[in-house]
Amino acid sequence: MIAVTDLSFAYTPTTQIGFPDFSLTQGEHGLLLGESGSGKTTLLHVIGGLLRNYSGSVKIDERELGTFSDSSLDQFRGQRIGFIFQRNHLISALNVEQNIVMSPYLAGLKIDPERMDHVLSSLGLSEKRKSKVTQLSQGQAQRVAIARAVLNKPSIILADEPTSALDDKNCDRVIQLLMEVAGQNQSTLVVATHDQRLKDKISKQIAIR
Amino acid sequence: MNLFILVWNYLKARPLNTAINILLLSLGIGVITILLLFNKQLEQKITQNAKGIDLVVGAKGSPLQLILCNIFHVDFPTGNIKLAEAEKISRNRLVKKAIPLALGDSYSTYRIIGTNRDYAALYKGELSSGDWWNKNLEVTVGAKVAELTGLKIGDQFASAHGLTEGGHSHNEHQYVVKGILKYTNSVLDNVILTNVESVWEMHHEEGEEHDDHHSRIDSSFIPSPLIPSVAKGDSTKEITSMLIQYRSPLGAIQLPRMVNSQSSLQAASPAFETARLFSILGVGVDILMAFAYVLIVISGLSIFIALYNSLKERRYDMAIMRSMGATRSKLFISILLEGGILTLLGCMIGLLMGHSVLMLLSGMVEETQKAGISGLVFYTQEWIILGGSLVLGLLCAIIPAIQAYRTDISKVLAGN
Repeated sequence: MIAVTDLSFAYTPTTQIGFPDFSLTQGEHGLLLGESGSGKTTLLHVIGGLLRNYSGSVKIDERELGTFSDSSLDQFRGQRIGFIFQRNHLISALNVEQNIVMSPYLAGLKIDPERMDHVLSSLGLSEKRKSKVTQLSQGQAQRVAIARAVLNKPSIILADEPTSALDDKNCDRVIQLLMEVAGQNQSTLVVATHDQRLKDKISKQIAIR
Repeated sequence: MNLFILVWNYLKARPLNTAINILLLSLGIGVITILLLFNKQLEQKITQNAKGIDLVVGAKGSPLQLILCNIFHVDFPTGNIKLAEAEKISRNRLVKKAIPLALGDSYSTYRIIGTNRDYAALYKGELSSGDWWNKNLEVTVGAKVAELTGLKIGDQFASAHGLTEGGHSHNEHQYVVKGILKYTNSVLDNVILTNVESVWEMHHEEGEEHDDHHSRIDSSFIPSPLIPSVAKGDSTKEITSMLIQYRSPLGAIQLPRMVNSQSSLQAASPAFETARLFSILGVGVDILMAFAYVLIVISGLSIFIALYNSLKERRYDMAIMRSMGATRSKLFISILLEGGILTLLGCMIGLLMGHSVLMLLSGMVEETQKAGISGLVFYTQEWIILGGSLVLGLLCAIIPAIQAYRTDISKVLAGN
């Protein structure tokens, strides 16, 4: 599913960062552990196709990311990868439903109302469909972001520090939720974090330094 | 979901900003639309009304006044001219047709013109009902006059001196309506036609005896070429002016000089004087135009600033959309679309405003109505305005759009 070998990335010609090799199979979850500034976000962005011009090899489904053209990488990312960020980054001009619908629209996929209903109700957002995103609580906003990430049934879900700003109870709830939605779609969940509380949730751990 | 909905929601999310941008542009476009409609229609009306009239001969005074008075019937006469002198000019071989006009009175601000049937023929006037005037004090009224004053065939009315309401009224003589004209979309709609003799009779002072009948019986009576009931060369009768059509272009060179060299007469060319009128009006129009362009430039700047600023707030939105699969060009197009929608909306509201202001104006101000200016006329230039606004919107949006195109997703997403 995901295979990283000999990967390094140069921010500038002089500052280069290397990453350990690892691979994950379909449905397997992985934890990228490392301190702030260790390059976990960079690694996540490379895997997600947000950063290009790496050296080494990153293969997703046996396809080398570097061989994609810009626009086909955009499409691949939209259809196969779901992102979750520490801050939810919902589009405040749109309501909850419109925010979620952006995901299939931008990925160039058909909007499936049944799938939409299913995802919204499984995340307890059915009542909030038409709400403004600015009126949501923190937890609700995070669930909208998760709904947006999983609506296209991505094969990979990439989460960047999804729990570090949360207290223990919410941290637990969010990681449970992520693993649950990932499980429903047979998605591979990759979480980049420095949050030690997640260590005993996901067994496959890759240390970045 | 599509780009239009997305952009529309962004515009709705900043209602005040969007409203002020649209308002600024629409004001500018509105002013331009009014000027366009007003100028075009005025020009059309003026050329239409002056069509077939090469020269106006009247008493000395302002040539512009002579034209305004005798062609458009909006100013007072410069004075009278002797019929005998007018005859002399009308007999010139360069004159194809000469139409006498006797002005002076009006009925509820609509001018009564003493003339002959040739005058109505100039504007291809046709009867819609009744008959042409025949005897003295019979009138045929223009279509708009009939509509707005309610005059019907058989009605009698007293004329008032001058052009304004409430002038000295000639109560002793009553005109009688014989017929009503069809709409010609020219000045003919706004006037009341009668023969020259009726106007003389109105102003016939007591004690002043003209022996028309005597001369009629006279065996040596030769009718005047202008007014057949009067003897040729009559030295007492006067008319206000004479409209002249040239026989050949040579007339334009010789006739005005010939007329102006006579001490008591003046010749004015409608084409020349209306061109002069437009150049005088033009200064005001130019200032208004410049004002409108300033408004449009400001609105363009304001749209640019709004897009530029909102782009800063939207960097994360852009990055998130890219992470969800949006291509660079999609974001580029969405910003262009935003600029385009703003200016298109502003332009359409502006055009609408321009037309409705003119409609209100023609409904409320009698003068515009008389001039036949309406808000319901559309010109092809309005498409140019629309296209120009779209281009303006795209221009204002191009720099923000390029920025959106260049958004470095990874940096934005990592940099929180």
